[in-house]
Amino acid sequence: MIRSFAMAAACVALTACGGTGGKPATASSTPPAQKGPGLGKGYSHDPYPSTYRPYPGVPTLVTNVTILDGEGGRIDRGAVLFRDGKIVALGQNLAADAGVTVIDGQGKYVTPGVIDIHSHLGDYPSPGVDALSDGNEATSPVTADVWAEHSVWPQDPGFGRALVNGGVTTLQILPGSANLFGGRSVLLKNVYARTMQGMKFPGAPYGLKMACGENPKRVYGSRGREPSTRMGNIAVDRQTWARAAEYKRRWEKYERDGGEPPSRDIAMDTLRGVLDGEIRVQNHCYRADEMANVMDMAKEFGYHVSAFHHAVEAYKIADLLKANNTCAAVWADWYGFKMESYDAVPENLAILEKEGACAMIHSDDANGIQRLNQEVAKARASAIRGGFDVSEATAWKWLSINPALALGIADKTGSLKPGKMADVVLWNGNPFSVYTRPEMVWVDGALLYDAKDPKRRPVSDFELGQPGEGDVK
Amino acid sequence: MRKTLFLAAAACVALAAPAMAQDVAITNAKLVIGDGSAPVEGGTVVVRGGKVVAAGRGVAVPAGVQTVDAGGRYVTPGIFAGFTRLGIVEVDGVAVTNDAAAGSSPFNAALDVTPAVNPRSTPVAINRADGVTRAVVAPDNSKGSIFAGQGAVIDTRSDLHAVARPRAFQFMEYGESGGRAAGGSRPAAIAMLRNAFAEARDYARNPASFAGRGKDALLTRADAEALAAVVQGKVPLLVHVERASDILVLLQLKRETPGLKLVLVGATEGWTVAKDIAAAGVPVIASPLNDLPASFEQLAATQSNIGRLRTAGVLVGIGTINDDEARQARLEKQYAGNLVALTRVPGATGLDWNAAFAAISAKPAEALGMGDAFGSLRTGRVGDVVVWDGDPLEIGSMPVKLFIDGVEQPLTSRQTRLRDRYWKPEEGALPKAYQR
Repeated sequence: MIRSFAMAAACVALTACGGTGGKPATASSTPPAQKGPGLGKGYSHDPYPSTYRPYPGVPTLVTNVTILDGEGGRIDRGAVLFRDGKIVALGQNLAADAGVTVIDGQGKYVTPGVIDIHSHLGDYPSPGVDALSDGNEATSPVTADVWAEHSVWPQDPGFGRALVNGGVTTLQILPGSANLFGGRSVLLKNVYARTMQGMKFPGAPYGLKMACGENPKRVYGSRGREPSTRMGNIAVDRQTWARAAEYKRRWEKYERDGGEPPSRDIAMDTLRGVLDGEIRVQNHCYRADEMANVMDMAKEFGYHVSAFHHAVEAYKIADLLKANNTCAAVWADWYGFKMESYDAVPENLAILEKEGACAMIHSDDANGIQRLNQEVAKARASAIRGGFDVSEATAWKWLSINPALALGIADKTGSLKPGKMADVVLWNGNPFSVYTRPEMVWVDGALLYDAKDPKRRPVSDFELGQPGEGDVK
Repeated sequence: MRKTLFLAAAACVALAAPAMAQDVAITNAKLVIGDGSAPVEGGTVVVRGGKVVAAGRGVAVPAGVQTVDAGGRYVTPGIFAGFTRLGIVEVDGVAVTNDAAAGSSPFNAALDVTPAVNPRSTPVAINRADGVTRAVVAPDNSKGSIFAGQGAVIDTRSDLHAVARPRAFQFMEYGESGGRAAGGSRPAAIAMLRNAFAEARDYARNPASFAGRGKDALLTRADAEALAAVVQGKVPLLVHVERASDILVLLQLKRETPGLKLVLVGATEGWTVAKDIAAAGVPVIASPLNDLPASFEQLAATQSNIGRLRTAGVLVGIGTINDDEARQARLEKQYAGNLVALTRVPGATGLDWNAAFAAISAKPAEALGMGDAFGSLRTGRVGDVVVWDGDPLEIGSMPVKLFIDGVEQPLTSRQTRLRDRYWKPEEGALPKAYQR
């Protein structure tokens, strides 16, 4: 019963989230050049490539556990096998070959690693001092030229806390929301490295952070410049998209016909990437009416909003979001801290799920990211209290496959499917309980946290030799 | 700094009014007293005249008292939120609705949250529906002074008489934020504190002579009056402090100031000097889950802080400073549950369930010296009683009935109304505006 309900719900959500690479079905844009002298001679689309390499792991079979597969499936008294960094199999009767490390998970749960689609770890790291505050290039409302990855400080102690307390294995680092066009996001594996590139999720699409509402109009209105209103927000957005469309036309002509290359504009590179469906729009937006305006603007210029972030009023337009294949990434119970969060309800995720829209949890917070499983548990409890019976397996989609789909990495991670990255959490109980914590966390099959082994716990450079030393004291 | 001898008394309008106290008995309860003792199965709590008269197993219900059968559910004291700004802020980002701080006021220690408390602010109802029945409400300081002003203890009843204990304490900032506010350093904060205490003592000795002081006097008369209550030990001084060395400075200050009732707030690094805090007999209202080096005064942050403080013998309750404290005191039960979770993490120090619940009920009340009035279901305490639909520290558990001063309270809010309106998002025969 539980399982069949969950699987049906999973199919709905997979459709809603859309596996289309972020490109709208009705895009009016020209396809990228397939031939011609300019093709490939323009500019690199990956100038800061990932150098992430999975750490070595041992073939591992976790048995006797409740498995939530991240796509809505559940296996009781199940087992999961992973090897060489990939999920191999899961089921109720898996035998261990020779050389496989067997972990008896009696009474425990196994899930895919948590994916946080909205984090500022690294660009607003701990300690929160001005010298490390690198999340908002708040000098112009349009800073599509900046890339969050150039702010990410890989020594942020928050990465380690998100791993060991939250079971977070993948996270999207976004620029802040001061600007209409905040800049590019970067997707990271939650594995410490000496460089940002060493954490960078290989082969993941970029995102573009956009923002509507109070923040841009407040930041720039207070300086006596556009935008100072919501209509100003949209006006600057549209003007910018119009420029981007022109830039795209010039480059496509050059790539097709050759001749003198057009002038490079780093900001426009990113916006062209959006119009080409190569970069996904991740749009900070709270109010229902503003999300509707943004979705119309996206149609006007031929792009697609992958997800609205925060989206506290998403529940009011769940049907509209579903019709537009646009996801909502939300909190469980934040409210009232600003005017546009005034109408938040704890049933936001419940109503979105009930209406068949694509929904997920997000943190936007260095503390909240340590407890996203608990945030989902709250949202699920609100759904059940309202009479909508969301199963544990369905609710786990809000932490894994749905963010993976919105990020364009669902073919690589986000569920326990054979062939996908072995990003796995063994919880020491039911992860919908406040009394449960991660016991072991694997990323690409490498054991990077073990509650019983103090050596399997990261301590960032910043904390080494400090009295805290990574909360391992 | 000193501008005018404006009468601070005007700000101290008493809003206290007699409660519409009621008698109620709740039987067949999994009864949690809140003082750290284990739940009692088949328990009864009797409230008369708004106060607990008996609680435990085998307690008889007096004739004529309304009785509620809890059906074996958890019955607990309401959550006593140890540090909040509940009721003085409607929307943080809308300045005119935010009475936590007064950046342009000539006063500081005199500022009294009492007239700002609005029992109809939406966070009050939202927190009540989640089981919070009492809250310590503190003002926030502003640049220019370490002193924030006088805080209160409020209830979350649905009437307009929320302030149970006006001017219950003075709140001040020390450490990084206190040092910046005082002029740029911790020594500046300590100098301000010592001078303020000295002037407050002058005021206490002879209020009439206070107007004719020399030109080096810094304190307004109203501020001096408020701080006189602190130096005389009439009200506690709550101090936000995080760094271990800063805590030791405050403990030394307490030794130098006979009668000072010091309470530490935050105390992220408290566990590293837990024995000193315990020896000084200073209670702590701690932030339970701070585990990040969010600042240079919180480098030793760990979720084991409260557990280790308690093990060392410190009286410690949970509060929420710099943690959405105008709206999210309701998260304290989740925080307390997380401290129970720590007991299963090797190397960590958590709280058992009973101690965890006491950390959001009796302990913060005791830390403020009000354990005889609030925070537990021991005889004589206020009749704040909650019947829960599950383990109150577990995610998703909610009150099914809630009494404050023995009076049953509504559990609805703007949020429940919006949920009901939009449970099905599409418009029906009429616009949503007609659906209510």
